[in-house]
Amino acid sequence: MSKILVIAEHDGEKLNSSTARAVSCALAIGGEVDVAVLAADGQAVCAAAAKLKGVKRVLRVARPENGKPLAAVLAPQIAKLAAGYTHLLAPSTTFGKDLLPRAAALLGAPQVSDVMKVVDAHTFQRPIYAGNAIVTVKAPEQPCVVATVRTASWQACGEGGAAAVTDVAADAALPSHSRYVELKQDATGRPDLQSAPRVVSGGRGVGSKENFAIVYTLADKLGAAVGASRAAVDAGFVPNDLQVGQTGKIIAPDLYLAVGISGAIQHLTGIKDARTIVAINKDPDAPIFQVADIGLVGDLFQILPELERELDKL
Amino acid sequence: MKILVGIKRVVDFNVRIQVKKDGSGVELGGVKLSINPFDEIALEEALRIREKGVQAEVVAMSIGPTDVQQQLRTALAMGADRAILVETADAVQPLMAARIFLELAKREDADLVILGKQAIDDDCNQTGQMLAALWDRPQATFASAVELKHKTLRVTREVDAGLEVIEVDLPAVVTTDLRLNTPRFVKMPDIMKAKSKPLATLKLAELGVAAAPALQQVSYAPPPQRSGGHKVESVQALVKELQDRGVLS
Repeated sequence: MSKILVIAEHDGEKLNSSTARAVSCALAIGGEVDVAVLAADGQAVCAAAAKLKGVKRVLRVARPENGKPLAAVLAPQIAKLAAGYTHLLAPSTTFGKDLLPRAAALLGAPQVSDVMKVVDAHTFQRPIYAGNAIVTVKAPEQPCVVATVRTASWQACGEGGAAAVTDVAADAALPSHSRYVELKQDATGRPDLQSAPRVVSGGRGVGSKENFAIVYTLADKLGAAVGASRAAVDAGFVPNDLQVGQTGKIIAPDLYLAVGISGAIQHLTGIKDARTIVAINKDPDAPIFQVADIGLVGDLFQILPELERELDKL
Repeated sequence: MKILVGIKRVVDFNVRIQVKKDGSGVELGGVKLSINPFDEIALEEALRIREKGVQAEVVAMSIGPTDVQQQLRTALAMGADRAILVETADAVQPLMAARIFLELAKREDADLVILGKQAIDDDCNQTGQMLAALWDRPQATFASAVELKHKTLRVTREVDAGLEVIEVDLPAVVTTDLRLNTPRFVKMPDIMKAKSKPLATLKLAELGVAAAPALQQVSYAPPPQRSGGHKVESVQALVKELQDRGVLS
């Protein structure tokens, strides 16, 4: 039977929602699922992890060095914790992508990145070529299966569990060659584009940097993150960290609202796992309508204010 | 100081990949091959460190068949001082690539290894982290800014929550994100000059690196297609449908 260890992502206070998605993947593999929380303290994070449905045990590894997510510090401990487990999983977020290959190399194991589907306990599907092909790979059983979980492909597991929280020690010599300095967060207070459940994106059709205010206003009304097509970024309407698509961010929100975006293939690659795609465009033949669940043809400068008024009525 | 830069040859980013009908792989016959875009950014960053006046030798390294020399010549034309090709006809997965780069980093006594954060063919995003682990040195992945101060690097990393700044001691491994820099174009005179720069080739078998455990590729398939829905006639109808789908609650 599989014995699976999922590494929790958190900020010291809150459990990141990507963890529950990784647990869903673990449950699809089957067997016993434990969650490891490496933190300075981690009590609150452990309490949240213990509620995840299907989790058997929560392992709390508390030491001051674990206060910041430095892969060089966490990986040696995770390699120790992995003893006795058949599988080691982490969400394929920047946290997991940074951390897990380091642990895999310490274990001498190859890694399966971005698991989107479990075929059996050792066989998985993952995207390659920016999602333009799907490969099925089989991982060796020894020393253990190491994989990151593509969060866009998995729903969060539910709550209602009551796992036991156990304090464990993962004695490993920790390096001093890597030091955390700071995290600079977006000062706008808008949700993070990569993980936001709702995203409003603007394209070339928005027309100018000034006009983009209409996109921000709607996004704020919906509590959504703001994104943009490459055309809008190249035209200088918005900074390039808002770019959604093959060469920008690949996202999977519950709601994606594309405004004035024609839908070039490279943009569609970045949004195809969104649960609901809404397109607003004045060109009825725009390619975006071929993938949108709901389309509305018209002038965005009339539609968006009207949409805001309708949302206010709710 | 010595900076090693990883150069992987991949299918050019403009090529639309087709999966073979029998599911045995993707069509690679006759497609354009180029340097992985993230690796170009890695090389550009190494060149910029050198151009800031730091005494540095920039060595481009690759793993692959003999004709990857072509991409290494491009790297030399961009400005690398010399190049090393570890020759093998076999596909090399990240753990194996990390073991090979470790051997080169040791032989070259490297101070800094810069790699792309991922290759745009297998999209693994592993090699830099694995190399750093095996080398027992720091890693600074997904870099969008790199500042060298004596024997320390201050690196800004693009993480989901924003921009994270870390400080690492050299030797170290850095992996590049898109916004680190814009790689230079290669000029004709540089292409001519690159022809006389040293390019060493080593057979993988002679390197003394043990084969790493690997994933078995079972089959390939095209991605599931998303089918379009329908159009609505009014904003009211749009809002109603969003409500019905439960995405506004």
